[in-house]
Amino acid sequence: MTTSAEAPAVGLTHGGSEDTGLGHRGPESKSIVVPYGFWLFVLSDMVLFSALFATYATLVHATDGGPTTKDLFDRNLVAIETLALLVSSFVCGLAIIAAKRRNMLWTQVWLLVTGLLGFVFLSIELYEFATMIGEGAGPQRSAFLSGFFTLVGSHGAHVTAGLLWIGTMMAQVWAKGFQPHIMRRLMCLSIFWHALDIIWVAIFTIVYLIGTL
Amino acid sequence: MFGKLTWDAIPVHEPIALVTGLVVIAVVAAIIAWVTVKGWWPYLWNEWITSTDHKRIGVMYVVLALVMLVRGFADAIMMRAQQMLAVGASQGYLPPEHYNQIFTAHGTIMIFFMAMPIVIGMMNFVVPLQLGVRDVAFPTMNNVSFWLTASGALLVNVSLLVGEFARTGWLGFPPLSELQFSPGVGVDYYLVALQISGVGTVLTAVNFVTTILKIRAPGMSYMRMPVFCWTTLAANLLMLAAFPVLTVTLALLMLDRYLGFHFFTNDGGGNSMLYMNLIWVWGHPEVYILILPAFGIYSEVVSTFSGKPLFGYRSMVFATLAICIISFCVWLHHFFTMGAGADVNAVFGIASMIIAVPTGVKIFNWLFTMFGGRVRFNVPMYWAIGFMLTFVIGGLTGVLLAMPPVDFVVHNSLFLIAHFHQVIIGGVVFGVMAGYTYWFPKAFGFTLDERLGKMIFWCWFIGFHLAFMPLYVLGFWGGTRRLQHIADPSWQPWLDVAFVGALIIGVGIALTVVQLLYSIKTRDRRLDTTGDPWDGRTLEWLTLSPPPHFNFAVLPDVHGEEAYWTRKQTALREEKLIEEPKYEPIEMPLNTPTGVIVAFFASICGFAVIWHIWWLAILGLVGAFAIFVWYAWRDEHEHIIPVDEVARLERERRRIRHEQIQTWPRPA
Repeated sequence: MTTSAEAPAVGLTHGGSEDTGLGHRGPESKSIVVPYGFWLFVLSDMVLFSALFATYATLVHATDGGPTTKDLFDRNLVAIETLALLVSSFVCGLAIIAAKRRNMLWTQVWLLVTGLLGFVFLSIELYEFATMIGEGAGPQRSAFLSGFFTLVGSHGAHVTAGLLWIGTMMAQVWAKGFQPHIMRRLMCLSIFWHALDIIWVAIFTIVYLIGTL
Repeated sequence: MFGKLTWDAIPVHEPIALVTGLVVIAVVAAIIAWVTVKGWWPYLWNEWITSTDHKRIGVMYVVLALVMLVRGFADAIMMRAQQMLAVGASQGYLPPEHYNQIFTAHGTIMIFFMAMPIVIGMMNFVVPLQLGVRDVAFPTMNNVSFWLTASGALLVNVSLLVGEFARTGWLGFPPLSELQFSPGVGVDYYLVALQISGVGTVLTAVNFVTTILKIRAPGMSYMRMPVFCWTTLAANLLMLAAFPVLTVTLALLMLDRYLGFHFFTNDGGGNSMLYMNLIWVWGHPEVYILILPAFGIYSEVVSTFSGKPLFGYRSMVFATLAICIISFCVWLHHFFTMGAGADVNAVFGIASMIIAVPTGVKIFNWLFTMFGGRVRFNVPMYWAIGFMLTFVIGGLTGVLLAMPPVDFVVHNSLFLIAHFHQVIIGGVVFGVMAGYTYWFPKAFGFTLDERLGKMIFWCWFIGFHLAFMPLYVLGFWGGTRRLQHIADPSWQPWLDVAFVGALIIGVGIALTVVQLLYSIKTRDRRLDTTGDPWDGRTLEWLTLSPPPHFNFAVLPDVHGEEAYWTRKQTALREEKLIEEPKYEPIEMPLNTPTGVIVAFFASICGFAVIWHIWWLAILGLVGAFAIFVWYAWRDEHEHIIPVDEVARLERERRRIRHEQIQTWPRPA
C-alpha cells in the first residue's frame, strides 16, 4: 500500500517517508482490523455488563421482605456450572489450534465439545432459574431478584447466542474450509467465548461467592 | 393474533394527529410514485440503498436527519404556539395528553434521529477522506448501522398514526414511564425505537474507532490527523462506552413493563433514582458525542477560512481528550436535587465546571487562529463566528447550572431549557450547518448559494436568540418546563417573542430547502471543477468533487500536520505535481442489500414487540438471523476496479490539477 514513488517529491517539511511511530505504514491488514474491531465490540459488551453489575449491586439488599442471596444460592451447583464453562473455554482454544493446523476433524470435534459444554452450563443455569421460580423466588418477587435474573440471564443469553454462533461456524467451516475470512471469524468467536468466561468469573465472585459468604 | 393492535389504535378522534399522519402518508406515496414513474428505483437501489460507499452512506444519514429536522421542528412550533395561546383563561389548541406526546417526540427525534444521524453522516462522509483512505473499516456494517437508525426513526413516526407516542419526556423517567402510570404503547414505541437505533450507533462506534486507529494513509500518525478526525475519535469512544449503558437502562425499563420486574417501580423494592443515574451516565456523554464532532467542524472551517494552520493543534487534541474523559464524571449534575448530599453534589458541581476549561481552550484556539489570518467571510465562517458568540453564553449559563445551590432554584425550569438549546442549537446545529455548507461541494461537485446561505444563518441566529432569551427570563421567574397551560398572563409578551423566534427559525429551515433546490438549478454557475473550492488544507480536497468511488487512486503519503496543504504548496512552488505513481487495480467492497433487509426485519420485530404480537416478533428475529447467515455465506467479497480505469480517472485529476497550478497564486 505504501507509495514510495510519491515520497521524495512532496517532502517539504520532512525528508522522505520518515518513521512517525504508530500508523505510519498505512492501513492495517484485515487480519488485524477485524479482530481489533471485534475486541472493541466486546469492550462495549463489557460496559453493558458493568451497568448490569452496578444495577445488581444497588438492588442486592432490596429484597422487599423476600428471599435473600443466602437463602437461594447453591454453591455446589454453581461450581459445576463454572467448571463446564471454563473447560469449554479451554476446548475452544484447542479448536483454534486445530483450525490453525487446518485439521477439519479436530476443529469440528473441539467446536462441538465447546458447544456441548456451553449447553451443559446453560442447562444448569435454566435448572437453577426454574427451581427458584418454583420456590416463588422469580424475578417479579423483588428488585433484588429482578437484578439477579437480569444479570445472570444476560450472560446466559450471550452464551445462547454463542451456541448459535458455534453451530453456524461449524457449518461454515465445513462448507467453506479454512479460508482467511473464516479463520478471522473463528478468531472472533473465540474472543467472544473467552470474554463470556471473564464475565462469568465476575458473576461467580460478585453474585454467588459474596452472596453466600 | 394481533396482540394489542386493534382499529382503536388509529387516532380518529385526534384530528391533528390524524391529518398530520395522512399528510405524511400522502407525501411518502407521492415520492414513491414519482420515483416509480421516473424509473429511478434501480438507480436508488444499486447506488444508494445497498451502497457500502462511506460517502453515499454519509449523504443518506444527512438526508434522514434533515427530514427528521422538519418533523422535530413541526413539534417545536406546535409547542411554542400552544404556550403562546394557552395563557390565563385560554386553554390553547392542544389537549394535555397530545401536548405531552409532542414534547416527548420533539426531544427524542431531535437528539436521536436528527442530531445523531447528521453528526454521524458528516463523520461518514469526511473521515475516510481526511485520513486519506478508501473506506471505513467495516463498510457493510456501516450500511447496516444506517438502516437500523432509519428503522428507529420509522417506528417513532409510525406512532403518529398507529397508537400513540410516550408522554413521559424524552428520557422516559420512571415511575411515570412504568406500566402502572403509562399503560399505553407510547413508552414501548419510545423504548423499542431507541433500542434498534442504539444497536446501529454501537456498530458505528466500533466502525469509526477501528477506522481511525487502524486505517490511515501512510505517514498519517496520530498527531498529524485533522482535528475533525480527533473529535470524531473522541465522540466514537464515548459512543462505544456510553450507548451500552443506554441499552441496559432501556432494557431494564422494558423488563419492568413487559415482564413485571421491579427495577424502577414504586413497589417491590424498585428504585427509580437508579434509572436517573443510569440514563445520565449515558446522557451526559451523549451531549459531548454531539458537540465534539461539531467542534471538529469549526476547527476545519476556521483554519481554512483564516488561511492559517489551526492555532494550538496539540492543545486542541488534548482538550478534546480531556472533555472525552471528564464527560463521564459529571452525570450527577442532572439531578442535584436528588438529595445525594452536599459532598457528592460539590464533587459533581466542580467536575462540571472543570469541563468548561478545555472548552475554553478551544474557543481561544479558534480566536487565535483567526487572529492575524486573512479571514474570508464565506457562509461556514458565519456559522463558526455565530457559534462562538452563542456558545460562550450557553456555556456560561451551564456553569451557573453547575452550581448546586443555583441548580436547586432553576432545576427543570425554562432556564435549563434555554441553556441546553443554546449549546445544542448554537453548538451542534450551527456546526453541522457549517459542515453541510463546507463539504456540500465535495459531495456533489457544486457549492451552495452564498446569498441564501447567509440568509439562513441570520434566520437561525436571530430566530434562536428571540426564541430562547425569553425562556431565561421566564425560568428566573419560576417557569417550569413542559407547561401545557400558563397561568400567569404577565408572561404573554415573552411567549409571543419566543413564538416569533421559532417562526424565524422556521423560515431558516424553509430557506435551506429553497437553497438546495436553487443551487441544484443554477449549479452550472458554481461548479467546483478543481475539487478544492475553499483553498482547503486537509486531504478531502485532494480528490475531485465528487470523489471517485475509491477516493484516492494511490493512497497519499503524508508529510507534516497539514497533509494536503503541504503537498499543494510544494506543487505550487515547484510548479509541478508529484511524479506519476504506478497505478494498481483497486479492491472495493461490494454493495449489499443486507443492511436494508436486516432493518426491515428489525422494524417488523420492533413493531411486533410494541404491540405484543409475539409470533411476528419471532419471525422478525429469525429473518434477521437468516439474512446474516446468507450474507456470511457469500464467496465474493470485493470487486476490482481495473488499473486502466484507475489510471484514466487519476490522469484526468492530474490534468485538472496541473492547470490549477498555473493559475493559482504562488506561496509567499
